[in-house]
Amino acid sequence: MADWSPLALWKRFLAQPNDNRGKTIFVAVLVAATCSAFVTGATVLLRPIQAANRAAETQLRLEALISAIPGMQELLAADASAKLSTVVVDLDTGMAAREVTPATLDAALQEADNYRPLDAAADIAGIGTRPRYVQIYILRRDDQVQTAIFPVIGSGYNGPIEAMIALTGDMNTIAGLAVTQQSETPGLGARIEEPTWQAGFQGTVIRDPSGAMKFAVARGPAVSSYEVDGITGASRTGRGVTQMVRFWLGPDGYGPVIEAIRRQEF
Amino acid sequence: MARPALRQTFLSPLIRENPITLQILGICSALAVTTSLDTALTMSVSLTVVLVLSAAIISMIRRHIPVSIRLILQILIVASLVIVIDQVLQAYFFGISQRLSVFVSLITTNCLVLGRTESFARSNPVIPSVVDAAGNGLGYSLILIVIGTIREVLGKGTLMGQPVLRSVEDGGWFVPLNLMLLAPSAFFLLGLLVWAIRSALPEQVEPPAHTPPRRREAGE
Repeated sequence: MADWSPLALWKRFLAQPNDNRGKTIFVAVLVAATCSAFVTGATVLLRPIQAANRAAETQLRLEALISAIPGMQELLAADASAKLSTVVVDLDTGMAAREVTPATLDAALQEADNYRPLDAAADIAGIGTRPRYVQIYILRRDDQVQTAIFPVIGSGYNGPIEAMIALTGDMNTIAGLAVTQQSETPGLGARIEEPTWQAGFQGTVIRDPSGAMKFAVARGPAVSSYEVDGITGASRTGRGVTQMVRFWLGPDGYGPVIEAIRRQEF
Repeated sequence: MARPALRQTFLSPLIRENPITLQILGICSALAVTTSLDTALTMSVSLTVVLVLSAAIISMIRRHIPVSIRLILQILIVASLVIVIDQVLQAYFFGISQRLSVFVSLITTNCLVLGRTESFARSNPVIPSVVDAAGNGLGYSLILIVIGTIREVLGKGTLMGQPVLRSVEDGGWFVPLNLMLLAPSAFFLLGLLVWAIRSALPEQVEPPAHTPPRRREAGE
């Protein structure tokens, strides 16, 4: 009489020939399930540490971006009235958000209501949805906005590119750019992380006098004041950066905020 | 009998049957991560850990791996281990994992790992498999460390970030060789290393694949 206890069943199963179809499928499922449990466990357990690492890295790059803008360090050190403030803006209204503060931003961004889906024509950066609330950094001096730093996200060749872009007080000149997260091809697209390339953004003008968006990452060396040098072998990454900057500085991105800063409402 | 055999399994992949210099396996990662010693060391440790663990797991279940899906099964196990190692690096060695970028995840496709699990661990008991994996991992590490050291010292004048040759910029005499930081230099160094090892151990020299045509003199 067959023994139906689990242990005996397991032994009988193991004793089957390896080429048995049932055993093949069962071994495959078992290994796959074990491996996924293992990977999921590790990912979930380690995520908080990784998130903290990334936040520290972003902070570091923000500081590096600020110190790379000419004269910024001296300004902050010399002038007591100059200070960097953190503001959560509501991209729908272009004003500082009333209900959301930097402390409650993470909670607000958990809610699906706070994301606006973008239709294909508007979504030039390829990001699908855009959050309603974003935290920006504004440097004031004597109540005049000297520099505003905007976090941006777009899609590159291999995955999302995250960056911070700093605009000078006229809101039409780039003061600097720092890439905070990217997964482009090492040696080609990943060169957007190099400070020498990022230095090319300084002084680049975004719109022409008529207000049309002209910024672009050139194919090859920059030929006008609206362009930054392209990276050889990374034209898709370059286009991703172009579209990212155009989207976020355009009407669906920080456009209303930029207008408000121009009108000196901040 | 078992003891010297184990010793042999461990020692022979270090130099005599080194996976990189004899079998020329896993060289793309070896070339990519050796611009400095610390990335080379991290990569070596990661690969050795993945190799040992996957050899142990596969050897443990070797009697029950169906032949028809054995490669998929092995890749699955190796890939899971690699993802976990990558996550651990991102959590505890964030800076280095940023610099290693994709190369840790690419351990999955490193033919060295699959080569050892397929050719050794699948047909041997756990202990010899682990010893063999450790030997191969250390053989890989040895080459990476040698190349990483040479490239960092000659390319930047530093070792583990500490200056050893004072460069001209700091008022010393040493002009860093930028070539050493580019991928071709790793090929040159690896080639020289293979040459040196095969000169010392002539039995490794492969017979020429074909005989070159006799040279014709000009005007003949």
